[in-house]
Amino acid sequence: MNDRSGAKDMTLGAALRAQGVSRRGFLKFCAATASMMAMSPAMIPRVAQALEHARRPSVIWLSFQECTGCTESLTRSYAPTVESLIFDAISLDYHHTLQAASGHAAEAARKAAMEENQGKYLLIVDGSIPLDNPGYSTIAGISNLDMLQTTAAGAAAVIAIGTCASYGGIPHASPNPTGAVSVSDIITDKPIINVPGCPPIPVVITGVLTHFLTFGSIPELDDLGRPLAFFGQSIHDRCYRRPFYDKGLFAETFDDEGAKKGWCLYKLGCKGPTTYNACATTKWNNGTSFPIESGHPCLGCSEPDFWDGGGFYKSISMPTSDISTTVVYTAAAAAAVGAAAGAASRYKKKASKAAHSKVGVDDLEK
Amino acid sequence: MSASLEKGVNALREQVDSTVAAFFSSCVHCGMCAEACLFYTETGDAERTPINKTEPLRRIWKYEYTLFGRILKLLGLAKPVDEELLTEWETLVYDSCTMCGRCSMVCPVGIDITGVIRKTREGMAAAGHAPKGLIGATQRAITIGSPMGVKLPALQAQIRHVEEDLGLKVPVDVEGADYMLLLSSMEIMNFPEFIDALTRIFDKAGVSWTISSQAFEATNSGIQIGVSDLAAELVQRIVDAAEKLKVKTVISPECGHAYFAIRWDGPNLVGKPFGFKVRHILEVLDELRRDGRLKTSGFEEQKITYHDPCQITRRGGVVDEPRNLIGMIAKNFVEMPEHGKMNWCCGAGGGVSANERADEIRLQVFQRKKSQLDEIHAEAIVSACSNCRIYLEDGLEAHNMEIPVLSLTETLAEHLED
Amino acid sequence: MTEIEFLSWVRGPGFQIASIVLVAGIIIRIAEILLLGRAANLAEPKGSEMSNGIRTIFTRSIPDAGTLRKSSVTLTAGYIFHIGLFVTIFLFAPHILMFKDVIGFGWPSLPTQIVDALTVVSIIALLVVLVHRLTNKVLRFLNNFEDLLVWFVTIAPLVTGYIAFHRIGFTAPALIGIHILSVELLMVVFPFTKLMHAFTIFIARWYNGAISGFRGVES
Repeated sequence: MNDRSGAKDMTLGAALRAQGVSRRGFLKFCAATASMMAMSPAMIPRVAQALEHARRPSVIWLSFQECTGCTESLTRSYAPTVESLIFDAISLDYHHTLQAASGHAAEAARKAAMEENQGKYLLIVDGSIPLDNPGYSTIAGISNLDMLQTTAAGAAAVIAIGTCASYGGIPHASPNPTGAVSVSDIITDKPIINVPGCPPIPVVITGVLTHFLTFGSIPELDDLGRPLAFFGQSIHDRCYRRPFYDKGLFAETFDDEGAKKGWCLYKLGCKGPTTYNACATTKWNNGTSFPIESGHPCLGCSEPDFWDGGGFYKSISMPTSDISTTVVYTAAAAAAVGAAAGAASRYKKKASKAAHSKVGVDDLEK
Repeated sequence: MSASLEKGVNALREQVDSTVAAFFSSCVHCGMCAEACLFYTETGDAERTPINKTEPLRRIWKYEYTLFGRILKLLGLAKPVDEELLTEWETLVYDSCTMCGRCSMVCPVGIDITGVIRKTREGMAAAGHAPKGLIGATQRAITIGSPMGVKLPALQAQIRHVEEDLGLKVPVDVEGADYMLLLSSMEIMNFPEFIDALTRIFDKAGVSWTISSQAFEATNSGIQIGVSDLAAELVQRIVDAAEKLKVKTVISPECGHAYFAIRWDGPNLVGKPFGFKVRHILEVLDELRRDGRLKTSGFEEQKITYHDPCQITRRGGVVDEPRNLIGMIAKNFVEMPEHGKMNWCCGAGGGVSANERADEIRLQVFQRKKSQLDEIHAEAIVSACSNCRIYLEDGLEAHNMEIPVLSLTETLAEHLED
Repeated sequence: MTEIEFLSWVRGPGFQIASIVLVAGIIIRIAEILLLGRAANLAEPKGSEMSNGIRTIFTRSIPDAGTLRKSSVTLTAGYIFHIGLFVTIFLFAPHILMFKDVIGFGWPSLPTQIVDALTVVSIIALLVVLVHRLTNKVLRFLNNFEDLLVWFVTIAPLVTGYIAFHRIGFTAPALIGIHILSVELLMVVFPFTKLMHAFTIFIARWYNGAISGFRGVES
């Protein structure tokens, strides 16, 4: 998959041409990427020029406590796409699932890439890092924590792919038995781009890379470290079912009339309003569909702690604890307290009646 | 001479019940009661807002009868009920309130503010903070038998006049009569024509009635000063007399608070139901009208309006009867804007007229009644409460308005068919 | 604390605490009122207490013409925000879901645009209420800290709800969290203030109607 021999010094443009991508195809990709990044059409030549002459950057991809879903998302497509081509065009020097080497050879390759590209390579991480016991997740006997710290030291920037690397993800969910934390909990001295999602949308990843290659910098981020270009709007704000929400037309179950008519899934627990991602516009599988369009409420998977948000099928406006039971017990206790308070009041009144001194005509003045 | 703050506070404690608690819990400070009270609308003094008048009782309820309030009191955060408060509230609870009941009709959350003010008076009076004039009237009512000091000989003198004028007997102490008539001192002294009128009407209608020499006074100062013990004593006299004469019904005359006292408060004051009925004279006359025993002829020419005495109409329940009766003798009848149960008070009830300190404000608030009259240009006012009559006359005179104030009973008698 | 953590707290422990205070407070206060009881009326009635009591619960909501004229601002602004509150709280789909979760059943909702418009109208009405409260002579005399506190906790959920719905300002989780927190504040303050009138008004109006009705007057 990765032809590293002699290809290290090839520019990106040359590498793409070598793979049979026409100039037209290349420009189409630049235009698509530019528009995805909300850049003006005037920027397209700049993107093309930058990518044309970009040196293929060295990329080291570390996989920690993850399910490999992020890699699957990126590489799983039924037809080759330019996304996967650009991915081929970078020099992916270390990746468990995709690399040819294994064992000691793989670790040697990583160290070599780090030395040769000191300060210039991109570090991509997926999966969370366990802190409770380093033994929970190791690679070649090295704990995730150690590997991250040593590898990040020489990186130009870090991209945390997926919600696990960005915010802790599934392992971080209550009760967090491994003490899982995110990349930004450990690395504080390097620029970090969070690309959350469970998994993230493929073009979001390549869009971030393209930005980095074009401008040599990381894109504008929100306060959760996510590129605003892709995470600046909520699902709710871009959802095609929004008119139904506004009109108050909701599916009550997964197969009722409303569901069949494609009504809003708020009542089925959709977290669209509180979730920021590009799913509603960019969609998945080359723009085929996204969860809501398929009839399932948004899980909120690009937000921190979405696993602990009260349940996928509990709407945002529902309380997450069992209020009914609380109310019943409270009412019982309150009835007892109220009865006691009432009894005290009746007693006081009785006492005041007993203390009544009859008012006679001579008792009207002091 | 043994009123005390302690007795007053205890009296307030006794007054708290579920109605008081529900009322105070519901007040939202909307201020609508002020707009319904003539003591606010005609003076602009915000402290006369009706619900504000109940502050002493509210503090007792809050800090002694609610869990949260008791906790606040423990923490030293309770507002006290002390001499200072009661002194300051005297003119609010007594001078600025006739217990007319309009506020109770208007409060959006349903507070019977008037009833709560009445309860507040129990504490004020027991603490020695009732107005001097009212104390004097009450003392006279208890010791002499009439707040105006009217004794039996005075009544007997009036009765003799009536008998001479009419050539009819005024039955006194007749055992087994159907009706026992009460009279207010005001009627005996200032409007004896009332006795005249009734004697003629009852004679024509063949009504079996009597007056008791033991208990003829209808006015109940105890109600006005707000001391149930004394009010009960006054009611008991009537009960004793009614039971002694074995009458079926006691008639309350043209006096507002008298009716409320005997009809609605009476049995609760003495602690047991009456063995006889209580009716207002208008109810009796209306019944006679319905039975065809009251026949009139001719009509009043002038434009007449009716002033609903608060304690008889809004607080008493006698709403339609006066209109039925007026309909018999008036062709040119016009209602006051806001009449019936929403009528505006004459400003003199509830003990205000017995309180010299309140003279000025009483005349000031008469302005409200004047506005009503100005709107309809009535030529005569008919009413069924002698206190209202006297003080309407007083107010009209102060404003140089020459509108006669008539008694409904007397006017009916004038038109009695021969 | 992150935004999501904040939102999770207000949806979780925060709501529980607020529910406990609200429910316990209401029950205790009503028990305190009713258990005092009232003496039986020994006089001969002219009308029915029960039917007049029930009648007044409804008719007291309809002011007579004179009262309406004299207290027009209080009544108009008051009715508008009360109706607005009722619609926004009980007829808005996300809120009905919350009730369904707590009491086990829901009911139909109104279209969101209507609720949205009524929210704005209610906020304006409440602003009118505040101005009136601060400028009217009687109200200035009656005002205390509680009046202002209650006004604030009543308008806050409307304003924060509107902002959260329209996503003005911070990001969604924070805005929704602030809205839910403002509701929890209202719930916690409720039993200690005049907000109890939402429940006690039925008792007070009934007593009023009963007391008058006994004497043959419809109040």
